[in-house]
Amino acid sequence: MGTSIFEIIGPIMIGPSSSHTAGAVKIGRLARAILAEKPVDAKIDLHGSFARTYKGHGTDRALVGGLLGFGPDDERLRDSLRLAHEAGLQVIFQFPDLEAELGPLHPNTARLTLKGQNGLTVRIVGSSIGGGRAVVTRIDDFEARITGEYPALVTLHRDKPGVIAALTRILADAGINIAGMTVSRTGRRGRALAVIETDEAIDSSIADLARAHQGVERAIVIVP
Amino acid sequence: MTNGGFHPFTLSDLVNEALSEGVSLGEIALRHECEFSGISRLEAVRRMQANLDVMRSAVQQGLSGRLRSAGGLVGGDAAKVEEYKSRGLSGDHILSAASRALAVSEVNASMGLIVASPTAGSCGVIPGVLLTVAERVGADDEATVMALFAAGAVGIVAASRAGISGAEGGCQAECGVAAAMAAASAVQLAGGDPEAAAHAAAMSLKALLGLVCDPVAGLVEVPCVKRNAFSAAIAMIAADMALAGVRSVIPPDEVIDAMGAVGRMLPVALRETAEGGLAATPTGKSLSARICHNLGDLSGITIGREERGDSGKTREPEGLS
Ligand code: SF4
Repeated sequence: MGTSIFEIIGPIMIGPSSSHTAGAVKIGRLARAILAEKPVDAKIDLHGSFARTYKGHGTDRALVGGLLGFGPDDERLRDSLRLAHEAGLQVIFQFPDLEAELGPLHPNTARLTLKGQNGLTVRIVGSSIGGGRAVVTRIDDFEARITGEYPALVTLHRDKPGVIAALTRILADAGINIAGMTVSRTGRRGRALAVIETDEAIDSSIADLARAHQGVERAIVIVP
Repeated sequence: MTNGGFHPFTLSDLVNEALSEGVSLGEIALRHECEFSGISRLEAVRRMQANLDVMRSAVQQGLSGRLRSAGGLVGGDAAKVEEYKSRGLSGDHILSAASRALAVSEVNASMGLIVASPTAGSCGVIPGVLLTVAERVGADDEATVMALFAAGAVGIVAASRAGISGAEGGCQAECGVAAAMAAASAVQLAGGDPEAAAHAAAMSLKALLGLVCDPVAGLVEVPCVKRNAFSAAIAMIAADMALAGVRSVIPPDEVIDAMGAVGRMLPVALRETAEGGLAATPTGKSLSARICHNLGDLSGITIGREERGDSGKTREPEGLS
């Protein structure tokens, strides 16, 4: 396992903490990408160390900055709460016992319940796992694993034969190689969530093609 | 021993390679980086220059601005030391390195832009030392960027042999490694050879060996900001000692291994958990109670256009500091 010097001297980031600030920005950005439209309402539940130290680490501003589409090195993060207010994004922070509901969680975890400008909704759980990296572990009631480090196609679909085959066909036809795939479902022949990470970059046209397939309710692409 | 054909695990390998090729430690690190990342020399230099630019602007921002940290425990000390330094007891250069290290750390604590080097908590040490030494010896950006690659050589070895997070190895792994990296870069900038650079790194790390990670309230403020200043001062002295011909009796790679071993022996309370050391003092605990969110309070906090009836207290948008 090698390391780049730019992981040692770098990244360039807004302080004070890679786990509590930079990683939190990533969670917010992933949540916005998964909602796939401009959020107007966000209910943010903070857990563990995020809940205890959010103020001094700017975790609240980082999450909201991510929701506004800012990156971990964006100097507007410091003012993100005011900027959210100006952008018409209403935010509420809460501190429920998330582990009672979801089981054991990473100490740096947040749950974001979002409403978008055209009425889309999504609820995601994300954790900051060190070094500024983050992972989304839940989308609505489905388990997931999205890091945002690879391009990914995420679909919510009816759990029936042929859907996954159709999705992989769409990617194959576009000359895109699948790096990894996870499917989780609520029950047999219920609804399912697929996360397909790819080697090559993918764009929204792939999501359009996926959405055109009967049985696919939602399809989005995550761009790293 | 090499790391999968990429970055060598030992500093002595890198030093020997530099000596046999007749180039600097930074040059060797740059060549390895190009090979490892598959990027051109030009691109690697460009990226490191971008790091240097951010370091420089963080110093300026920290020295000139009136920053207030997110947790409210630190800010303004860099400007105090800068203003005082001409009357200082320990000399202009040491105090310049210290005030610049404070400046960058204060910028970090106040949600400003920094370069994690090796971590955000220890981000002040390298800019403090490097920019001061560059000024002292009249180095241009090209030489300063190459000195950052020398710092990177030390950082890569420390990361692969011992680890560079406070949670793994205490503050010796963050500020200690930052001091070691800074000292190596200072020696290179001042014209010392690769072996002297490695020994300056070793001596810095020895000075900070065993340093615990005990941040008050779990925030990167107390003692982190001041530790950046002290670590910068140690790096300056270590660089001078190495340039004077002093060598570490324990070879640099063994010092790094000792740091890793000490880190593993440190109790969890002294590894970023804010349960021991300064965090566990009566003052540390009362500050923590004041700053940290009381989890017994389950009501929400709203930021936005309208207040919700069920949401408990409302908070004014902040972050205007
Ligand atoms: S005390 Fe801990 S958090 Fe602070 S700089 Fe040192 S290692 Fe980082």
